[in-house]
Amino acid sequence: MGALQGRACIVGIGNTPYRRGTEGPVDLPARIELEACELAIADAGLEPTDIDGILPFYGLSIAEVLAVNLGVEDLKYQATSHVGGAGPGASLANAAMAVDAGLASHVLIPGGWYGFSGRRVRQIVVQDPNSMSGGVNARDFYFPFGLTAPVQWFSFIARWHMNEFGTKPEHLGAVAVAQRKHAQRNPNALMHGKPLTMDDYLDSAMIADPYRLFDCSLEADGAAAFVVTTLERARDLKQKPVKLLGVAQGQPYPADDIVTREDVFQLGQTSAAPRAFEMAGIRPQDVDFAEIYDPFTFQVIQQLEEMGFCERGEGGPFVEGGRIELGGELPVNTHGGLLSEAHILGMNHFIEAARQLRGEAGERQVENAEIGIVTGFGDFGDGAIAVLGR
Amino acid sequence: MERAETEYQKPLPVMAGMTKEFYENCARGELCFQRCAGCEKLRHVPTPRCAGCGSWNWVWSPSNGRGKLVTWTVVRRPMHPDFVDDTPYAPAVIELDEGVRMLSWIVDCPPEDLSAGMRVEVVFDEVTSEVTLPKFRRVAS
Repeated sequence: MGALQGRACIVGIGNTPYRRGTEGPVDLPARIELEACELAIADAGLEPTDIDGILPFYGLSIAEVLAVNLGVEDLKYQATSHVGGAGPGASLANAAMAVDAGLASHVLIPGGWYGFSGRRVRQIVVQDPNSMSGGVNARDFYFPFGLTAPVQWFSFIARWHMNEFGTKPEHLGAVAVAQRKHAQRNPNALMHGKPLTMDDYLDSAMIADPYRLFDCSLEADGAAAFVVTTLERARDLKQKPVKLLGVAQGQPYPADDIVTREDVFQLGQTSAAPRAFEMAGIRPQDVDFAEIYDPFTFQVIQQLEEMGFCERGEGGPFVEGGRIELGGELPVNTHGGLLSEAHILGMNHFIEAARQLRGEAGERQVENAEIGIVTGFGDFGDGAIAVLGR
Repeated sequence: MERAETEYQKPLPVMAGMTKEFYENCARGELCFQRCAGCEKLRHVPTPRCAGCGSWNWVWSPSNGRGKLVTWTVVRRPMHPDFVDDTPYAPAVIELDEGVRMLSWIVDCPPEDLSAGMRVEVVFDEVTSEVTLPKFRRVAS
């Protein structure tokens, strides 16, 4: 058991509607992030001025901007982890340490963007390639060869796994179909009301073979935020706390190049997950649901393997037969995930996990949910994982 | 084949430091990787320090330019406007006979004919007067 087990908790959550298309200005992510922050702070039963720590998402609104809009005059702690989609999980660890050590009392973790109405990936790769994963390595050794976007480099990892272990397109499709089913029970999901069959999946346009359209997450406008405090302080607040039982970060090696790794399937999760489970004092089979960062379908399969839910190479068959669907052995991305709810940087995975553990997930509630995990995945496989409990 | 600078519109490496040396070797017709002077290990992409033995000394070591295809993607819908006319194209991971892996591009082979383990050899594509890209083509095994 680690020092942080059960010391901190998520005590307030908030999210905006998720949309594709925003009327009005989209130049400043702070507008939409602040909306989510207000909701999260109110949900906790706090005032904005109670916030004394802010951990912004890399590349979005900085702490100073959020603080001045919230009226936080005494900001005691701020930090950002440069790990892409693993940021929210990394920030949760950081927040837990900060409140446990007394550096701050109520730490706000925001994240949101105009990912659809603002700059989209296909524009960023032209205008600002240095901001892409891999930095100079990608600019000098990937881009000249036409490898310019995540869908491309993650698709060749999927093919590598297919070549090595016989993973099939239908396995990737099982992830897309399961999460789409979950989205039918989530009115805030972009794909609510748009069911998907395996045939629809297999018929969808090839983007970067083996990735089809429905292997890809949904660029979207939206934001989410949550508030972290100590378990002790949470007793006086409005909500039942969602306890942080275990948390860890990890990186593949080398983290800045995806091609030359000795172990090509290694992820941050490979080392992070066992450490988080150990801190929480649990095993993978104790997990009731998993919100897994899902930029593309195969990255769900790969994380399931690397976290130890099945052996490496068995992730394809593992996701078949409804195992990862609501009612199955391990419901995955009960909100629809980045693939079918919206790409809100993995912030939405934390919101969903908290709703599940508070018993507020409505039609998609996992029965008797006691322990859930949330993963983050950034850049070329940076990982963060949180084990949460009620 | 010499091309005018203005014709080539795709992303290019920034020719500075070790990146410049790597591509200058290609322009001379040599695919080279860094070989650590301390432990002899080959490495790519370029770094100033050997992570294995800690040595800061290294030389450029020529590769025989032959290897095998280990994985690839076939880009049908490009995420970059400069590659629209190239679709379908196949960015690929090549494992050289010396054991080093690199990202490149397969030329002269329809994507449906690509297969894991396929033998390939380097070809040099002089895309500008300054930059030559090492690409790969299929060879009989």
